[in-house]
Amino acid sequence: MLEVRDLHAYYGKSHILQGVSLDVNAGEIVSLLGRNGVGRSTTIKAIMGEVEPHGSIKFKGQEIAGLKSHSIAQLGLGYVPENRDIFPTLTVRQNLLLGQKSARNTGRWSMEDMFELFPNLRDRADTPGGVLSGGEQQMLAMCRTLMGDPDLVMVDEPTEGLAPQLVEKVAELLNEIASRDLSILLVEQKLTIALKISARVYVMGHGEIVFEGTPEDLRRNEAVRQEWLEV
Amino acid sequence: MEVFLFSTFNGVLYGMLLFMLASGLTLIFSLMGVLNFAHASFFMLGAYFAYQISTYTGFWSALLVAPLIVGLVGALVERYGLRPVHRFGHVAELLFTFGLAFVMEEVIQMIWGKVPVPYDVPELLNVAAFEWRGLQYSAYRLFMLGVSVAIFVALFLFIAKTRVGLMIQAALSHPQMVQSLGHDVPTIFMWTFGFGCALAGIAGVIGGNVLGTEPSMAITLGPIVFVVIVIGGLGSLWGALIAALFIGIIDNLAITFDVSIYPLFALFGVAREAEGIMSDLVNLTSGGISPVLPYLMLVLMLIFRPRGLFGTRDV
Ligand SMILES: Nc1ncnc2c1ncn2[C@@H]1O[C@H](COP(=O)(O)OP(=O)(O)OP(=O)(O)O)[C@@H](O)[C@H]1O
Ligand SMILES: [Mg+2]
Repeated sequence: MLEVRDLHAYYGKSHILQGVSLDVNAGEIVSLLGRNGVGRSTTIKAIMGEVEPHGSIKFKGQEIAGLKSHSIAQLGLGYVPENRDIFPTLTVRQNLLLGQKSARNTGRWSMEDMFELFPNLRDRADTPGGVLSGGEQQMLAMCRTLMGDPDLVMVDEPTEGLAPQLVEKVAELLNEIASRDLSILLVEQKLTIALKISARVYVMGHGEIVFEGTPEDLRRNEAVRQEWLEV
Repeated sequence: MEVFLFSTFNGVLYGMLLFMLASGLTLIFSLMGVLNFAHASFFMLGAYFAYQISTYTGFWSALLVAPLIVGLVGALVERYGLRPVHRFGHVAELLFTFGLAFVMEEVIQMIWGKVPVPYDVPELLNVAAFEWRGLQYSAYRLFMLGVSVAIFVALFLFIAKTRVGLMIQAALSHPQMVQSLGHDVPTIFMWTFGFGCALAGIAGVIGGNVLGTEPSMAITLGPIVFVVIVIGGLGSLWGALIAALFIGIIDNLAITFDVSIYPLFALFGVAREAEGIMSDLVNLTSGGISPVLPYLMLVLMLIFRPRGLFGTRDV
């Protein structure tokens, strides 16, 4: 579904991604783990075309490196950014509507689905997105991206700053998403939900992939966890 | 009393014209960060196009067609002028629009000459709509008011209710997010620019035959439009509306009631019979200072409330 090969990216002169390669297969949840500042968000942004990518990125067999991010989204790649980017003056419903790629929703997720998953959002359907709590904004951000009916969603640190029971809720939603035949590339810092729901994990350190394997492999590999994950 | 009412009425009318220019300017600014110095030139373009078209097929078709062409020209300017300049930063964009304003003025002079063109109010509306205590009010002015109010309502509905309007609102704060949801933001920018220019074009079509269609009309009105959006608060449509009406009304009243501004000086104890330089100042009237009033307000606003009436950020 997604094949990234030897991806490099730069901010000005600093060389942030130094040859990242990773794969996400159809229907799979894959996690990209690592400490602060190692370049996980930059990897997703480069895939999405928000940061200029150097290297090869194939999505559903098509080379997407160099395309504009709206064209990439149109191909079926969804992105939920780290800071959620809720449109603050628009209502919850309007935020969701803008997730749709065209005026008519023909995808596998309806607004009703979203409201059933998160009754909170239904209650607040007509409030401006900007006044929602952090947790509600996270749910809204994910639902908004799903409204565009992506085949693969990249979610950047969805559990950051959330209370434990909300973290559970996020894990539930991610499983629900995967059960509808979507692939997920999940960026996380903590191992909590990542090890539980992922089929495979990558660990990143200083702009490179330093480990690749199943959650079970990572659990057993004390050395990698100590050097690249624990603080 | 009736003079006061008529003058206020004219002020509202002038204010609505200013708003038609200011709304596009402020929308473009808040969306794209571009202060379009050439904005009033699109107003002028609207007037000239309307004149030309009306010589062939009359005013009513000009009212429809001229703004469309102006909008198209605006969209092309964004696509092939502004967008390539964009990556060199906002200063480059500013200089680009600055240059564009002069280019457009020169081109218009080359085509239509330096003297005003005879673009007149359509026959049908060149009558008095009503007469009240001996004062006549022209039907065309009522028509202008109707058009500008209709545009204003349509603009607000468009921004608040339509899908594209929502995208524009969302792109005000998070253009990149809008784009990663699959919406073509550069194209939205292009058409918003064109749309803003078309609004200025409409103002030119309905205002050109009253204010006079000549090559200097952009330079005359342009700075006042900037004053309007600064006073209203950059990026705020409501602010632009209030400020435009305010300036329109103040300007008309100051001219109509040509009162002496001496009391202002009296406040500071300056004698009426002051000598030398002061003697000219104390004898000024409000009509005499009306051209400078908007700029005075601009300066005061920048000193005391730099974000304007409804703005969310400083200038
Ligand atoms: N806009 C930017 N300009 C310059 N440098 C940046 C920019 N964004 C990120 N960086 C730098 O790039 C590196 C990687 O950042 P990135 O956001 O990808 O990290 P991350 O792994 O997502 O970590 P976290 O989200 O916890 O900060 C960091 O050193 C960061 O300082
Ligand atoms: Mg990050």
